[in-house]
Amino acid sequence: MSPFWITIAILALAALGYLLGRSRSVRLAGGDTRALHSRPTYHGWHVALFTALPALVLLALARLLQAPGWLAPAALALGVAGLAVALSRTAPQFRARNVVEQVVRGILIVCSLIAIATTVAIVLSLVFESLRFFRMYPWQDFFFGTEWTPSFGGGSELGMLPLLWGTLYISLIALLVAVPVGLYAAIYMSEYATPRVRSVVKPAIEVLAGIPTIVYGLFALVTVGPLLRDWIAQPLGLGSSGSSVMTAGLVMGMMLIPFVSSLSDDIINAVPQSLRDGSLAMGSTHSETIRQVVLPAALPGIVGAVLLAASRAIGETMIVVLGAGAMARISPNPFEAMTTITVKIVGQLTGDNDFASPETLVAFALGLTLFVMTLGLNVLALYIVRKYREQYE
Amino acid sequence: MTDVTSQPPRPVDPPAAPARRSLLIEDPRTRRRNAAERRFRAYGVVAIALAMGALVFLLFTIFRDGTSAFFQTYARIPIAIEAQVVDPAGNRDPAEMQKVLTMGYGKLLDNSLAAYVEANGIEIEGLDDRDLSSFFSAQARADLRNAVLANPELVGTVIEAPVMTSSRIDGMFKGRVSRESAAIDAKTSVAQYDLAMAMQERGDLQTRFNWDFVTSTDSSDNRPEAAGLGVAILGSFYMMLIVLVLSLPIGVAASIYLEEFAPKNRLTDLIEVNISNLAAVPSIVFGILGLAVFINFAGLPRSAPIVGGLVLTLMTLPTIIISTRAALKAVPPSIRDAALGVGASRMQTMFHHVLPLAMPGILTGTIIGLAQALGETAPLLLIGMVAFVTTYPSAPPEGFLDPASALPVQVFNWTQRADPAFFERASGAIIVLLVFLLAMNLLAITLRRKFERRW
Repeated sequence: MSPFWITIAILALAALGYLLGRSRSVRLAGGDTRALHSRPTYHGWHVALFTALPALVLLALARLLQAPGWLAPAALALGVAGLAVALSRTAPQFRARNVVEQVVRGILIVCSLIAIATTVAIVLSLVFESLRFFRMYPWQDFFFGTEWTPSFGGGSELGMLPLLWGTLYISLIALLVAVPVGLYAAIYMSEYATPRVRSVVKPAIEVLAGIPTIVYGLFALVTVGPLLRDWIAQPLGLGSSGSSVMTAGLVMGMMLIPFVSSLSDDIINAVPQSLRDGSLAMGSTHSETIRQVVLPAALPGIVGAVLLAASRAIGETMIVVLGAGAMARISPNPFEAMTTITVKIVGQLTGDNDFASPETLVAFALGLTLFVMTLGLNVLALYIVRKYREQYE
Repeated sequence: MTDVTSQPPRPVDPPAAPARRSLLIEDPRTRRRNAAERRFRAYGVVAIALAMGALVFLLFTIFRDGTSAFFQTYARIPIAIEAQVVDPAGNRDPAEMQKVLTMGYGKLLDNSLAAYVEANGIEIEGLDDRDLSSFFSAQARADLRNAVLANPELVGTVIEAPVMTSSRIDGMFKGRVSRESAAIDAKTSVAQYDLAMAMQERGDLQTRFNWDFVTSTDSSDNRPEAAGLGVAILGSFYMMLIVLVLSLPIGVAASIYLEEFAPKNRLTDLIEVNISNLAAVPSIVFGILGLAVFINFAGLPRSAPIVGGLVLTLMTLPTIIISTRAALKAVPPSIRDAALGVGASRMQTMFHHVLPLAMPGILTGTIIGLAQALGETAPLLLIGMVAFVTTYPSAPPEGFLDPASALPVQVFNWTQRADPAFFERASGAIIVLLVFLLAMNLLAITLRRKFERRW
């Protein structure tokens, strides 16, 4: 029997246990449920939980540790045993509700611990594989090397700097697009726009955030790249490649507009009205009020929003995979194809992998670098935003 | 002693001619300030126009490039199923006829086309055998072979079924291939272009709506006209099913604990910090996690929807938890107080009263989380969903372990192919993806409009 059908069988057994437990409690009370400590459904749940939980846990463990096949039927047997024990415990004075609530509380706690487990799993998988990588390849060469020429035959140069350069360059261009546009859009929406305009424009800009990044990637590859190449790069003699830092940066900036605008919008709205009123009463114009009173007051929050956008830009994958190219180089010309950390993670980990070679394992070291960078930015941004929120509360 | 006082007091500066100030006339400074005000406003308008313009341009190009993927050109010419080609032994035994490969059926199509050209008196300079043989899709031969094997009665008859043309012929009717570009394209020729035009004039070439694009499987590099989204849609659907079944209960359970039961202590703080950070971890890192934990450690198969579903579940959980907590918080405390007041336990209050009232908000958040997961690409690349899959995964539960693709990954896959005809397919696939996303978001909005309660 496959694990799936055993699971179904256990669940069916639990359902049976529910019915048995409920009817048994009623029978023991002589048909008068007032004599019971807990309502009959709790007696039913008590039996059902005792049937299903231990059996399912055993089954999951057996699957995870790839234990021998006989453990699966054993899980079913455990279910039957649980059912029998729980049924025998059923009695009018048995505190079934308290037991059930304790168990449910335990389940709730386990579910909320999954967040921690995920983080731990991410960190462990990144760190262990990275350590294996650094045992094969010196870390100084990885962090400070300027050559990226992996070859599965051996003798690869795996320096991270060209990738880091591409990542930061593209993120910079993206932020140069997204921050002014997003910020001015947010200012207009929160300070000038009528409620009607706002109710149209705000959702429309947020549509940009709901579009999957693969769509932006295709847009960069098919439309923006050739456009920039034919109209700007080639006439100016700057390059002849459709995929370039500029292509990826512009499209990524477009994707980031809603991140900057909706966060800034919230933050600008959180600035107390009294500050605006005071400034306007002194005779300053609306724009002077915004520039000299509202924005300085909102600045920490806006910085937080920009940092969050930067972290998105650094970790973005599909736009750069399709828009930036795969050439690892350090060059100041934004119309040349360059590559990023995320592109190379995808490049080294798709296809057939040999998890003993540094060329594959380097992806984990790159992933760790990326994780640390984005985590740092996020923590900093959340700290700044939180601190700012408290200021006016 | 000097008699200062004897000097007459000097008059103060004589008042200058009073400036002709009027509230109706702006002085230069006010004019400057007002101009700055207008400029500032204009910047805002320009920014919004840029953002909206970018959105419109993006959607416009996708639809411009992608709609043609839903149409396909078919030829309708008489095709003679010659017995000596498809059934040399003459026994009409499908098992024997299996030996005739698709190449043989290609010859049938070529002969029929040549016969058609002759019968209709179409004369085209330089039309050679290569033009005829590359006129139809490679898929057409396979389809014809399958049809004949399924129904041996057809042998020896002349059938008139729509035959899929090659992507170049198809492109001529979608504006992708012109007479000029045909001249320099190795895969087509001017003669073939003229033939297609001549056939269209006679009404024997038709471009019609192409359901196969949505239902059929992916196909290899040299037959873009036959590539479809069936496996990808099924794979995405399986993954969404897994994400929904896992992330909704787990997310709701975690939110209930954190919002209603958790004591304020170190552990709770740690969980909170973890959730807000996980929401911002780059998606590709989740892909690395899936590769390391689910595939390398737990030994699940690559390219399987179950692995994709698990990875996307972990990614969706923070979204669901954040929106569920907001929904729980929005239920007023008076509900809780009333329930507790009549003797319900905290668990009963939660599950019998607060949770049902928060359900619309929770479902809205879940659908939005699912929509995000549906468009996610990067983590799926790392767990092998880019594989070239031409068989449909079987029904669940076994199908969860079969190799499958996913909609966004299929888009990526097609952008990596050499033939430009695949770009049309990629844009078409994005239209399908956007339609699904739109439907999900509309559902979420309707749910919110219909059931949301303002307390």
